[in-house]
Amino acid sequence: MSAAAPATSSPARLAAVARRERRDIRLDRLFRTVLTAAGLLVLALLLGAALSMLWGGRETLATFGLDFFFTADWDVGARRFGALVPIYGTLVSATIALLIAVPVSFGIAVFLTELAPGWLRTPVGTAIELLAGIPSIIYGMWGLFVLAPILGQHVYPKINDTLGQLPLIGLLFHGPPLGIGMLTAGLVLAIMVIPFIASVMREVFLTVPSRLKESAYALGSTTWEVVWDVVLPYTRSAVIGGVFLGLGRALGETMAVTFVIGNAYALSAALLEPGSSIASTIANEFAEAVDPLHRSSLLALGFVLFLLTFVVLALARLMLYRLKRKEGL
Amino acid sequence: MRPLAHSRARHLRRRFTNGVALVLSVLATVFGLVFLVWIVWTTFSRGLEALNLDLFTQMTPPPNEAGGLLNAFFGSAVISALAIAIGTPIGIGAGIWLAEYARGSRLGNTVRFVNDILLSAPSIVLGLFIYALVVLPMGHFSAFAGAIALALVALPVIVRTTDEMLQLVPGQMREAALSLGIPQWKVTMQILFRAARPGIVTGILLALARISGETAPLLFTAYNNQFWSTNLMEPMANVPMVIYQYALSPFASWNALAWAGALIVMLFVLTLSLLARAILLRQRMPAND
Amino acid sequence: MNPIPRSLRLLALSFMFMLAACQPSDQDGGTADAVPEDGIARSITGAGASFVYPVMAKWSSDYRTSSGRQVNYQSVGSGGGIAQIKAGTVDFGSSDAPLSSEDLLASGLAQFPSVIGGVVPVVNIDGITPGALRLTGPVLADVFLGKITRWNDAALVELNPDLALPDQAITVVHRADGSGTTFNFANYLAKVSADWKAGPGEGTAVRWPTGIGGKGNEGVAAYVQQVKGSIGYVEFSYAKQNAMSHVALRNAAGNFVEPTSESFAAAAESADWQNTADFDLVLTDAPGADAWPIAATNFVLVHRSPKDASRGAATRAFFEWIYANGDAEAAALDYVPLPDALVTRIQEYWQATLDN
Repeated sequence: MSAAAPATSSPARLAAVARRERRDIRLDRLFRTVLTAAGLLVLALLLGAALSMLWGGRETLATFGLDFFFTADWDVGARRFGALVPIYGTLVSATIALLIAVPVSFGIAVFLTELAPGWLRTPVGTAIELLAGIPSIIYGMWGLFVLAPILGQHVYPKINDTLGQLPLIGLLFHGPPLGIGMLTAGLVLAIMVIPFIASVMREVFLTVPSRLKESAYALGSTTWEVVWDVVLPYTRSAVIGGVFLGLGRALGETMAVTFVIGNAYALSAALLEPGSSIASTIANEFAEAVDPLHRSSLLALGFVLFLLTFVVLALARLMLYRLKRKEGL
Repeated sequence: MRPLAHSRARHLRRRFTNGVALVLSVLATVFGLVFLVWIVWTTFSRGLEALNLDLFTQMTPPPNEAGGLLNAFFGSAVISALAIAIGTPIGIGAGIWLAEYARGSRLGNTVRFVNDILLSAPSIVLGLFIYALVVLPMGHFSAFAGAIALALVALPVIVRTTDEMLQLVPGQMREAALSLGIPQWKVTMQILFRAARPGIVTGILLALARISGETAPLLFTAYNNQFWSTNLMEPMANVPMVIYQYALSPFASWNALAWAGALIVMLFVLTLSLLARAILLRQRMPAND
Repeated sequence: MNPIPRSLRLLALSFMFMLAACQPSDQDGGTADAVPEDGIARSITGAGASFVYPVMAKWSSDYRTSSGRQVNYQSVGSGGGIAQIKAGTVDFGSSDAPLSSEDLLASGLAQFPSVIGGVVPVVNIDGITPGALRLTGPVLADVFLGKITRWNDAALVELNPDLALPDQAITVVHRADGSGTTFNFANYLAKVSADWKAGPGEGTAVRWPTGIGGKGNEGVAAYVQQVKGSIGYVEFSYAKQNAMSHVALRNAAGNFVEPTSESFAAAAESADWQNTADFDLVLTDAPGADAWPIAATNFVLVHRSPKDASRGAATRAFFEWIYANGDAEAAALDYVPLPDALVTRIQEYWQATLDN
C-alpha cells in the first residue's frame, strides 16, 4: 500500500472496514444485551425475594387475612398469629435509633469537616467508620452483657423516678429497671447506624464548593451559621437520602436487636418495657418452627419487613423529588 | 446608640449559638468514640484468653479444650470469595448498564430504586429466600448456598458504587472517545472502566467488608461445620456462625474463642475500609467546582 | 489489547486457586462410590437439637481420633433435624421431643435416646442461696402463669417458712426462641398444673402469659443474673457452669430434690422404658424417690432401612461407640449418660428394628 495515496478507494480496504463495523455493531449489541440482563437480574432478584416471602406466607394470609397485621396475639400453641407487636417494635426501635443517631451523626460530620484540625480528621474519621465494621452480633453481646446491666442498675431507675412521673411523657418512661427493652434496643441500633449516616453526611459536606462557604464567612457568618444556612441546604437531598438508608438498615437489623429487646409479645407504650421486632422474631423462631402455619407466619413477617423498607425508601424518594421541584431543578 | 447596642446583643447571641453548637458537635464525636472504645475494649478483653497463635493454626475444638478457628477462617474466606466472584460480574454489569444505557430512563430509575431496597433489605430475609431457592431443592445446607446468599447481600453495594463511579467520569471523555469512532463497548470497557476503576474496586472491597460480619444469611444456608471441610456442597465452617454458636454456650473456652473471632473480623473489616479509602485517595476524581 | 484490568485478573487467579482446593477430598467420603472395605462410611452428618451440640462436638472429636471417621452435627434445632432426617438428607436427626410410633412408622424411622439432661429453674433473690428456695410444680406453674406476682406471696411463704422472702415483684424470664428446653419445661408444667395445660400448653414455643424472653439459654441466664427478683429456667449445664442459684423442687414422690447428676440419673432409671414402644417417653415428672422432676432426654432418629447401608452402619457404629466410651465426656460437660439397663434395651431395639 502506498503511504501517500488515500486508502478509501481500495475495495479490499473498504470491505475490511465494513466487516469491522459490522463486528463492532454486533459486539455492541451483545454488550448491551448482557448488561441489560444484569440490570434486569437485579430487579428479578428483589422481586423474587419479596414474592417468595409472600408465597411462603400465603397460608397465613389466607387464614387470617388482613387481621394478621393488626392483631397483637402471637400464640404458637394455639396456632393464632398476629403481627402487630413485632411491627410496632420494629418501627419504634428504628425511630428511637434515628432520633438519637441523626443529631449525633450531624454533630460528628460538622466536627470532622469544620472544626477538627487537619491531623485529627483522618484518625477520628476512621475510628467512627470502625463502628460500622463491628459485627452486629458483637453489638448484641456487648449490649446484653455490658450495656444492659449498667442501664438497668444506674440509668433506668433514675429515668423511671424522674421522667416517668411526669404527666404525659411519663407514660413513655416508666417501667421496671430491667436494662433491656425498647429503649436499649433503640440505643444500640443508634450506635450501629451512626457511622453510616455520619460518613454520608461528611462526604457530602465536603463537596460543598468552598467559594460558597467563603462568601458566607466574608459576610461575617459564624461557623455554625455557615453549616446551618449554607452547607446543609446545599446537601439537603443527599443528607435525607443517607438518613433514610440508615433507617432502612435499622429496620432490618437482626442480631443486635434480638439480644437486647426483651422478646416479649406485649404491646406497651413504655419504652423501658421489653418488646419484639420482626427480624428478631424470625431469627428466634424459624429454626424450631415445625408447624407449617407457624413457618408461613414467619415468612409473612419477612414480607412485611420488605414492605416496610419499600415504603420508607419510597417516602425518601418522594421527599427528595418534592425538594427538587421546590428548588426549581 | 440604639442600633449599635441592638446589633451588639445579636452579635453576642450569634456567637453564643455558635459556641453551643460547636461544643455539642464535639460532644457528639466524643459520644461516638466512647462507644467505639468501649465495645472494642470489651471484645478485646473478653477474647484475650484465646488470642494466641493457636487461633490461626488449630481447628474449632469441643468445649473446654484448647483450639482455634482455622477451619472457620478458611471457610469464611472461601464463601466470601465465591460470593464476591458471583456478585461482582453481575453487579458491575448492572452498574454499567445503569450509568451508560439507562441513566435517565424509567426502567433505569426503577432498577436503581429496587437496588436501594435490596441494599437496605434485612439480610435475614435474603437468607430465607436462598433457603427456599437453593437449600430446600438441594435438601441440605451447603457452602454454595451460603455464598449465593452473601452474593445477594454484596450485589447492591457493587451496583451502587459502580453506577456512581461511572457517572462521575466526565462526559467529555465519553464524547471524545465516541467521536473517534470507537464502538460503545470498547469505550466503556477500556476507557470509562479504567477511569472509574479505583472507585469500582473500592465498591468490591466495601461489599467484602459488608459480608464479612453477616450471620443472618448464613443461618439458613451454609450453617456450620466443626471439622475442616473443603466441600462446597456441604456445610462449611465460617466465623460468624462460630461466634454465634460459641457465644451462646455456657463454656468459658468457647466464649473466649467467640470474642477473639469477633476481634479478628473487626480488624479485617477495618483493614478493608482503610484499603478502600487509600485506593480512592490515590486517584481522586476531579471535583465539580 | 486486553480489556480486563490487572487487578481483576489477579483476583480471578487467586479465586481459582481457592476453588481448586475445594474439590471434595476423599477424606470426607461424601461421594457414594467411596465405600471403604469395612462397609462403614468414613463420614456422616447429623442435625437437630442444639441442646446436645456441645456433647456431640466432644464425642465426634474423640470418635475421629479413635476411629478416623467423621461425624458432623449441625445444631439447627429439633424441627430442622426432624425435617432433614425425614427428607433423608442427613444420616441421623435429633429431637428433644419424641415422635409417636405412628409418625415413626409412617416415615420409616427408628428412635432411641442419646443422653439425658434437664431443666433447672433459677432465681435471683437477695439472700437466697442456691437450693434454699423450695417450690412445687403447681406453684411454679402459677408463677409462670403470672398468678403469683410477688416473692412474699402466701403460697411461697408456706413452702419456705424459714426463708426471709422479700416483698418484691417477680420478673419471669423465659425463652424467646423455640427450643427443647422450653418443650420439656412446658411439658412438666402441663403435667402438674391443669391451668397451664389449658392455657399455654406444651410445645417448643408457647405463649408466655408474662415475662421477658432471653435468646438462648445464655440470654435467659444473663437476664436472670441481672434482674433482681427474677426467675427463669435453663439447661442443667448452664446452671452449673454459671453457678446460678437453683431451686429445689418437689417431685412426684413428694420429696424435695435438688438438680444434681444423681437426681437426673434417678429420673432416667425410674422411667418405664421397658414398656414404652420406640422410647416415646418424656422424662418429666419421673416417679423415682430421688428423681429430678424436669429431666429431659434427647432422642436420635435414624432410618430403619437406610438407602446407603455403609452410612447406616457408620451411624450405628458411632452410637455404639458413644454408649461404650462417651460416658465420662458427657458427665464432664454436665450431661447425664444413659443408665446401663437403658443402653441394653436400646441395643435390643436396634436388633429388632434396624436392618443392619
